[in-house]
Amino acid sequence: MTGRYAVRFASLAYLAVLLAAPVGYVFWRTFEHGFSPAWHAVTAPDALHALKVTLILACIAVPLNTIFGVLAALAIVRHRFPGAGVFNAVVDLPLALSPVVVGLALLILYGRGGWLGGHGVVFAVPGMVLATIFVSLPFVVREVVPVLREIGTEQEQAAATLGASAVQTFWRVTWPAIRWATAYGVVLTTARALGEFGAVSVVSGHLAGQTESLTLYVQDRYQSFDEVGAYASAVVLALIAVATLVLMTTLKPKEETR
Amino acid sequence: MRRISLTLLLALAFPALAAGAARDTKLSLVAYSTPRDAYGALIPAFQKTPAGKDVSFSQSYGASGEQSRAVASGLNADVVAFSLAPDITSLVQKKLVAPSWSNDKFNGMVTRSVVVFVVRDGNPKKLKTWADLLKPGVQIVTPNPFTSGGARWNVMAAYGGALRAGKSPKQAQTYLAQMWKHVVAQPASAREGLQTFLAGRGDVFLAYENEALFAQQHNQPVQFVIPKATILIENPIAVTSTSQHKAQARAFVNFLRTKPAQRIFAQNGYRPVVKGVTQGLSFPNRPQLFTIKYVGGWPKVEKKFFDPRTGVMAKIIGSSGG
Amino acid sequence: MAARADALALPRARRSAAPGLGIGLSTLYLSVIVLLPLAALAWRAHGWDAIGSDQAVAALKLTLFASFAVALINAVAGTAIAWTLVRDRFFGQSFVNALVDLPFALPTIVAGLTLLALYGPKSPAAVDVAFTRWAVVLALLFVTLPFVVRTVQPVLLELDTEMEDAAASLGASRVATFRRVILPNILPAILSGVALAFARAVGEFGAVVLISGNLPFKTEVASVYVFGRIESGDPGGAAAASVVILGISFGVLLAIGGVRRWATRHDR
Repeated sequence: MTGRYAVRFASLAYLAVLLAAPVGYVFWRTFEHGFSPAWHAVTAPDALHALKVTLILACIAVPLNTIFGVLAALAIVRHRFPGAGVFNAVVDLPLALSPVVVGLALLILYGRGGWLGGHGVVFAVPGMVLATIFVSLPFVVREVVPVLREIGTEQEQAAATLGASAVQTFWRVTWPAIRWATAYGVVLTTARALGEFGAVSVVSGHLAGQTESLTLYVQDRYQSFDEVGAYASAVVLALIAVATLVLMTTLKPKEETR
Repeated sequence: MRRISLTLLLALAFPALAAGAARDTKLSLVAYSTPRDAYGALIPAFQKTPAGKDVSFSQSYGASGEQSRAVASGLNADVVAFSLAPDITSLVQKKLVAPSWSNDKFNGMVTRSVVVFVVRDGNPKKLKTWADLLKPGVQIVTPNPFTSGGARWNVMAAYGGALRAGKSPKQAQTYLAQMWKHVVAQPASAREGLQTFLAGRGDVFLAYENEALFAQQHNQPVQFVIPKATILIENPIAVTSTSQHKAQARAFVNFLRTKPAQRIFAQNGYRPVVKGVTQGLSFPNRPQLFTIKYVGGWPKVEKKFFDPRTGVMAKIIGSSGG
Repeated sequence: MAARADALALPRARRSAAPGLGIGLSTLYLSVIVLLPLAALAWRAHGWDAIGSDQAVAALKLTLFASFAVALINAVAGTAIAWTLVRDRFFGQSFVNALVDLPFALPTIVAGLTLLALYGPKSPAAVDVAFTRWAVVLALLFVTLPFVVRTVQPVLLELDTEMEDAAASLGASRVATFRRVILPNILPAILSGVALAFARAVGEFGAVVLISGNLPFKTEVASVYVFGRIESGDPGGAAAASVVILGISFGVLLAIGGVRRWATRHDR
């Protein structure tokens, strides 16, 4: 029995230092002068516009990366094609690139003089979408792959022998097993899409009122010594991330009573 | 005859078109981050003048180097306003700004400032001169000139300060090396530098006067001293050669050098480039003020001090740990 | 419930185009989104000798060591936290669960400011690690917190407790049950999260840049060094350094995949 308490205590202590204290600090700095200044900061026209841009980025990047994530996970684990191991490792590479370099690569590719340059991709929302997709790519794949490996193929093969098509097998057999993993993958992808700064900053061109995402807005508030504005906007991002998690967990199937 | 009446007809029938074309002038201003508030006041002021009546603006503010690189990569800009001249000369090299951009009586500049020492309350270590920075135990915070272009002003201020104190160029370079041994944090930008200092690191932070004043105006507990020998920071502005609205862009740049506009800059902490607008504001003269020309001018300085492989600072920084 | 993909040799009569389509689409997506920009970067890279400079090597070493350390710490801590969130029951559990992704959703400048305020010179808990190598590790631990937790959680949720109950009824201690029954099943998930944590730690810039102080040879990480290349007008050198870093990361990621295959070799 003490084992359980030891693990719980250690985990919660770790989380207190690395999670609770920082998050608490952010909330404190947001509301230390009261609710009103924070509210005014996040409802300013520029802030609302930045929020809109961030939501656009997330609403495009997350579904695309989710579909890719599930397809890629199936490809890697089930349909062992030549190069699957390399494919698997390449999926993680976007994270290893520092954000400024991601921006640089996109500028090289889509900017003036680039191979795909001159089509209004960079310094506009499309470029920001590409940057967001790039940095939030791996998460659904990484979540789903271990679960797919874990559950094995027996049920899927049984379904196939019973005459189910690939699509039916997927919907009835595979999907229910990877739902949780996909949900957590969506949560991580969304969080990253919301919080990305560096890459988006470089490709955005910082056009006030047009290409500023909420993270860029946070930077701008910080630059102007409007610290309540900066922290309050960060709280908005945090709340959206939490809302995504709550949404995903409430979509839990009723028959799981764990 | 027919042609003339057709033209008359068109001119009469579409006066709205003609006026609308003028009203649709949209200038794209790409600037570094600090003058955002200043331009927030300057643009409406310009729009109240006859030249600016039908001009609207799209504005972009970001780190000076990042903005310069963005314009080089295709960010549309009519007017570029950066923190230091090299960020414009890199656009000249890419044929986006004419080489004659600085051929006016202001040498292409629109605002000025000086390098200052931001110190702790009461300046307990009595840091007033560049030599004071070498006192034992003094900890310096300054951005790395390779991760923050603006920090090059700091380095040249220190170098020129050593020259003003009577050192030879070689001795002044030694001064830089000794000074760099006292550097305990190299934040990536000026804003982060101030944050680092206010969070408790170091005894002195090398900053620009306009940013220190801006911080004070926003209730940050900033105290600074201006050393006797310091560099005159000059911030450039230019109309791009790719601008589709060069006339209006030039009108805007000209406006920024008028007394009312310079007064607005001064109220935001910048030293003006014209006289007679600083009533009620404090911009102390420094007896040993010098410009970048005194230490060789930017092209020479860039090569000699800041070449990433062979520059003096590359050697100093690249060997500070061994 | 380990995979026994080859155990049943089934007739392939009902093979549809779906697997090929899935592979094709995902490869196309990956190529356009990731490989094409990386190719552009590699193409622009030049000045490969600069990566051999002392300063670059020092930055790379610090980054790799810190990233390994962070990946290992996360492997242990992340598993423990995932366990606590799935198998334990305590007051405020869902609240804690909701917070886990926040290090990720917060802009990196806010992360940096927060860590500097809490664990820097003016720390309210008198814990000052700012401007040291510990600061780098701390910042990286913060931004990689969700990874192992979130990859292990779904597997734990799917895990059948029958085997654990069986082991317990046969007299196995909790530790032995964990080591022999649970761990092999969650190891692939742990490794998946470790890969993410390692990759993110290698590439992290914003959260580290403020609290580390960026002192060359002491606390300058690879991403700051690369940023310095870009800012000082040497994007080719930055691209070259990034390609080298990517190559090393790629090798590590392949190795992690290899570890997983070795660790699950008896299940195949």
